[in-house]
Amino acid sequence: MTVTDSRPPEIGRARLRKEDARLTTGRGRFTDNISLPGTLYLGLVRSPVAHARIASIDVSAARDAPGVVRVFTGADLADEQGSLPNAWPVTPDQLAPPHPAVAVDTVAFAGEIVAVVVARSRAQARDAQELVDVDYEELPLVLDLEEAATDSTLVHPDLGTNVSATWVFDSAEAGTGGEVEAALAESDVVVERTIRQQRLIPAFMEPRSVLVDPSGEQITMWSATQVPHIAKLMLALTLGIPESKLRVIAPDVGGGFGGKLAVTPEEVITILAARRTGKPCKYTETRSESLMGAHHGRDHVQHLRIGAKADGTVTGLDVRIVADMGAYLGLITSGIPILGAFMYNGIYKFSAYRFECRNVFTNRVWTDAYRGAGRPEATFAIERMMDELATELDMDPIALREKNWIAHEEFPFDTVASLTYDTGDYEAATAKALELFDYDELRAEQARRRKSGDPIQLGIGVSTFTEMCGLAPSRVLGALNYAAGGWEYAQVRVLATGNVEVVTGTSPHGQGHVTSWSQLVADRLGVPFENVEVLHGDTQIAQKGLDTYGSRSLSVGGMAVLAAADKVIEKARIVAAHMLEAAATDVEFTDGRFSVRGTDQGVSFADVAFATFSAHDLPDGFEPSLDADATFDPENFSFPHGTHLAAMEVDTETGRASVRAYVCVDDVGTVVNPMLVEGQVHGGLAQGISQALYEEAVYDEFGTLVTGSFTDYLVPSAPDLPEFVTDRTTTPATSNELGVKGVGEAGTIASTPAIVNGILDAIRHLGVTDLTMPCTPARVWHALEAARSTGTAPSATEAGA
Amino acid sequence: MATGTRTITVTVDSVEYTDPVEPRMLLVQYLREVLGKTGTAIGCDTTNCGACTVLFDGYGIKSCTMLAVEADGHEITTIEGLTPDEGLHPLQESFNACHGLQCGFCTPGMIMQSASLLAENPHPSDTEIRAGLEGNLCRCTGYQNIVAAVRTAAEEGVPR
Repeated sequence: MTVTDSRPPEIGRARLRKEDARLTTGRGRFTDNISLPGTLYLGLVRSPVAHARIASIDVSAARDAPGVVRVFTGADLADEQGSLPNAWPVTPDQLAPPHPAVAVDTVAFAGEIVAVVVARSRAQARDAQELVDVDYEELPLVLDLEEAATDSTLVHPDLGTNVSATWVFDSAEAGTGGEVEAALAESDVVVERTIRQQRLIPAFMEPRSVLVDPSGEQITMWSATQVPHIAKLMLALTLGIPESKLRVIAPDVGGGFGGKLAVTPEEVITILAARRTGKPCKYTETRSESLMGAHHGRDHVQHLRIGAKADGTVTGLDVRIVADMGAYLGLITSGIPILGAFMYNGIYKFSAYRFECRNVFTNRVWTDAYRGAGRPEATFAIERMMDELATELDMDPIALREKNWIAHEEFPFDTVASLTYDTGDYEAATAKALELFDYDELRAEQARRRKSGDPIQLGIGVSTFTEMCGLAPSRVLGALNYAAGGWEYAQVRVLATGNVEVVTGTSPHGQGHVTSWSQLVADRLGVPFENVEVLHGDTQIAQKGLDTYGSRSLSVGGMAVLAAADKVIEKARIVAAHMLEAAATDVEFTDGRFSVRGTDQGVSFADVAFATFSAHDLPDGFEPSLDADATFDPENFSFPHGTHLAAMEVDTETGRASVRAYVCVDDVGTVVNPMLVEGQVHGGLAQGISQALYEEAVYDEFGTLVTGSFTDYLVPSAPDLPEFVTDRTTTPATSNELGVKGVGEAGTIASTPAIVNGILDAIRHLGVTDLTMPCTPARVWHALEAARSTGTAPSATEAGA
Repeated sequence: MATGTRTITVTVDSVEYTDPVEPRMLLVQYLREVLGKTGTAIGCDTTNCGACTVLFDGYGIKSCTMLAVEADGHEITTIEGLTPDEGLHPLQESFNACHGLQCGFCTPGMIMQSASLLAENPHPSDTEIRAGLEGNLCRCTGYQNIVAAVRTAAEEGVPR
């Protein structure tokens, strides 16, 4: 069924992107670029205080300001705005406060929206915004995660507690392993650590923007979202709009990384403003608003215990985390830590595992998905713990990992966390990485520098990771109480000329699906790559889907595309057989051509397309259409894996840690477009390395976000990152016909522990045994100083610089 | 508060425009809202991200950090102006060939700054390329392919 060797195969081909033509020439259709006649502009007034009762709100001056059409407070919108949805009640007794788009009585984080100005120009909206006078009666706030868990100060007094939910996985109860306390008690060594996963900001380059046109039969919303289908359903439910009366369009979207996996207050507000004014309304956030008002990521405190025998065989793993929800629950805020629950055991064979998570409210903006969503936290924990264990046992960190990882022959493997990893070859990836990395040479240099007491020390950081992605088998999501499924939809439409339109339910925002799905269909149908048009992102055109996140688009969405294409071929085969006066079973399809087996008689796909269109002579009862659709529900997650090695130089005089070399060998199964895969790895590495070295969302004691601009929230630029050496092994997945796995989040998941392990490897001999991320020069220097003077290192859980 | 307007005359992409603008209007807002040249983007409000980079009398500047009135009498080139009537500028070709973009939001600014860099330094080393792009943030690519794109364009030769 696939292309013969008359032209190079599409699968595995580094096709250049169709998307680039408009994006490199300034013709990108980002939401803020779209204009409609008569558009009104929104300015949002946001609370400067973190917890307060709104005693009074005076909008009279704003209402009278030039160009202002309407001003709304939360009270004005209370009857219509509903509550922003949380689609993942992780436990039956999960507690969550109402989540109004515009605060009515109280604000619970600095940045919460308290009023909406609608004006004829952006400048007029901005000017009027500043005229809204709000009287806040400040209330006590709680920011420290573990303090919040004690309920000493309540974020939402009506809830009676800050603990939203407690979620437990116990291998003994699940029947997937033993009892963890017993396993730890029987161990020869138990290593206990507390780790802080700092709060991060997704910081996509395109600030979010919403444009709503209320004038048509449907309300049309353009939004910089990565989830147009989910947003449509959720907004319809939240606002009581019939689902068929809302059209959501994600045009070009400038990055998401999970940060645009949301149903936002701004979307709700813009829809309400458009409905009430009867005019198109647009809201585009400033970067400052984005950093404080769009959801953050991570923010867990992890208490970990790992047990092992004297020879390094791991036994039990106990994980207790407190996860910061922020002030409210967003769409899947509550589920993010749970996604990590299944990955703390990593690639290793633990005999017992227990995970307990408390989801806790604090007076900060809510957290939600951010690249990796639960799995970077888990991978960081286990990869750090393995290094700590290696230090404790005086074993080489790679040898310890090899002793405990799942051997290639042992796949498929049922893990202690109840997943079944389908395939993997940790040996091959590690061997390749070590070779590319020049491991022995670097160890020798490390030894030389240690011996001479060189001010620049060298460390090697290891991270051998796997992750679960390709979200997700719907049954599993149901078992976890997530509200939606994990299938994906595609439709293949054959035009009269034999050109093909592909509708996909995925929603790319930089990943290159248009190019990749063109490759899949060109390969399967034998039509030229250029003749495939991929349609996405508009719920009126790509009418069904579950959008893009969780590294799911190829392994779920791409498989739906192939399934639809296969159905097209079977329909076409019937028409071809009729045209060739042969039995369908005698008709073969290769390289875009149907032929009678053993003869040179044949018809092209385009011939069949036109014959179907004209329908002059089709088999009796055959509907004159080749179009087909398919919905693919994966049987399992996909489990990419890899070995990452970082050579870290630490200047012991300044504390500055820099990446001397970074090598990674990742296995993402079968590769459709290696160039796109490599790009995803690079981008993922940048974010993971940045978590280790640069980024943290910091709040002061008043609950003000002090990293409120890119001057303070340090998204790295080109000189801040190294050149990456990337390579691959290929162990195809068994859960889909192409053997593909996800790649979008893998680089981020793997790299953070490699960096931190490397820094500690460089300076552990100087008495620094732990570091809090980000490992800024100040932090590293203070740790070195503390070790130099007292022989101890500062607490591993302090927030801030 | 709005305090009236000043009339400016700016040549943008070889076309002269005369418009009244508020003194506080940023050059990037003038380009996007008044001239409709939406290729130049706004990515931040503190001059950090570089998405708004255009050429000002041939030199890369952040158009969010210049008032429209400051551009009076000067020449601006935007990404739309860099694009030839037929075909592509070498940087546009090389960004495509080297996969130097993913979501594309930072790309116009990145290309304009790359053009400015190559005009000053036609054969930069990779280190010089990275330093030259220090003021342009990208969240998608990790920069490696952007550096390759600039290096490739430099090798092919970029018209000044």
